[in-house]
Amino acid sequence: MSIQVKQQEIIDEFAIYDDWMDKYEYIIELGKSVPTLSPELKTTERLIEGCQSNVWLATDIKDGKMQFSADSDAIITKGIIGLLIHVYNNESPAAILQAELFFINEIGLAEHLSPTRANGLLSMVKRMKTEALQSLAQ
Amino acid sequence: MAPVPFSVSAIRELFPALRQKVYGKQLIYFDNGATSQKPQVVLDTLQQYYALENANIHRGVHYLSQQATSAYEAARRNIQQYIGAKAPEEIIFTKGTTDSINLVAFSFGERLKPGDEILISAMEPHSNIVPWQLLCERKGCILRVIPISKKGELDLQAFEQMLNERTKILAITHISNTLGTINPVKELISKAHQVGAKVLLDGAQSIQHLSIDVQDLNCDFYTFSGHKVFGPTGIGILYGKEALLDSMPPYQGGGDMIAKVTFERSTYNMLPLKFEAGTPHIAGAIGLGSAISFLQGLDMQAAAAHELELTKYAQGILDTFEGLHIIGEAKHKTSVVSFTIDGMHPFDIGTLLDKQGIAVRTGHHCTQPLMDFYQIPGTVRASFAFYNTKEEIDIFVAALERSMQILGA
Repeated sequence: MSIQVKQQEIIDEFAIYDDWMDKYEYIIELGKSVPTLSPELKTTERLIEGCQSNVWLATDIKDGKMQFSADSDAIITKGIIGLLIHVYNNESPAAILQAELFFINEIGLAEHLSPTRANGLLSMVKRMKTEALQSLAQ
Repeated sequence: MAPVPFSVSAIRELFPALRQKVYGKQLIYFDNGATSQKPQVVLDTLQQYYALENANIHRGVHYLSQQATSAYEAARRNIQQYIGAKAPEEIIFTKGTTDSINLVAFSFGERLKPGDEILISAMEPHSNIVPWQLLCERKGCILRVIPISKKGELDLQAFEQMLNERTKILAITHISNTLGTINPVKELISKAHQVGAKVLLDGAQSIQHLSIDVQDLNCDFYTFSGHKVFGPTGIGILYGKEALLDSMPPYQGGGDMIAKVTFERSTYNMLPLKFEAGTPHIAGAIGLGSAISFLQGLDMQAAAAHELELTKYAQGILDTFEGLHIIGEAKHKTSVVSFTIDGMHPFDIGTLLDKQGIAVRTGHHCTQPLMDFYQIPGTVRASFAFYNTKEEIDIFVAALERSMQILGA
């Protein structure tokens, strides 16, 4: 499934919620279902410090496809991480670098990726792309 | 003019921002510690200034320039009287508290020598830490930190032990932005003076809650920001005792702060202009003057009593929540309720409250060392102003309960 299709699926899924709290309840449930990173993976190198919440990102590559796993101390951040990982995992580095990330905006969560929000998510997306770029270079 | 009797509903009418809805919910604004909303009269003053009075000050012979200069200087006198300063020369317009502290750290700091000590406290915001750290790097001074108790009160015994003849300045917050603690500043000031140290009082959180008399406090410097006291952003005040300010070198160079300029050397203007290089934030200064006039028309004692009642009311309810911990339980505190909830991140709580129309601050509140002391990533902070109500607190409490339910389930 392409990054494009996965993003559209998320948008369709969110379309049923017209109340903000329902939307966030869904994100929180998602956050709870994302597997936690084991403590030994939560190293300083993997830490992306935000002003509001912290994110840890672990990257792997299998058969030319990116495998991200991530964690956060805040559950809403973690829920959004779950969505990002779903979109980017099992995709080639080239596909990740080329794809436009539009679902966050479409489902009304743009504020979480704004530079002023500083919850580590924007930096995480940037790092995911950097990691993809690095694996291309290898 | 005698103050009109205090009425929250009448006061709320004067603040247009409070009438709006966010996400379809009536806005409840509990982030007054970060910045306060503006009364219509301040907005009108800004509009009037830019519409009809706009001109550069201190340099024009024409009508508008003279009008603008008069209004700017009238604002200075108004602020002088409000905080009980001896003379308008003691009131310097700055960009805000941070700018005021940087001015003092830079200019007063010039006289410091290696080994001199600067005393701050463990509850200082970054704005009252970093300028002193920069000074220490420049001059080889030593930054010492007065510890606090878990309740959020200064360790006065430790403070006295830290004072010595090398202590050159005590820079301390009057009221903690995170904990709400009102520090016993008169005692601190008099003890610091006994060893010959000067005292800078950071009034960013006190000017809007307490009546301030800088002569009675006997502080050497007092700083505050306009936007936290119902005025515009980008304007603030540095009060300093005249003789002290007079003895300090200029902070920034430019127009307005000079008496005469040649390429060989320049001589500096008198106070207060010596510290106001370039065209100042004229509209901001006049707007701040207008905010201060607005406060003068209120019964501030009744307003402060109302704020305290709100705080007690909120704390009383929150105290009954299982797993909720109030951070900052000083005996003397202002209208700030900071808290953490076991197993829940402040960011998550703040986000869910926001979606229910409630504005609170979450995070470390620019006091990271203080968060380290409590070993928490941050708090949720509700900070009240006199325009807030008990009904708003009830809605906040219900919204908090719902947030906890969603997060905990």
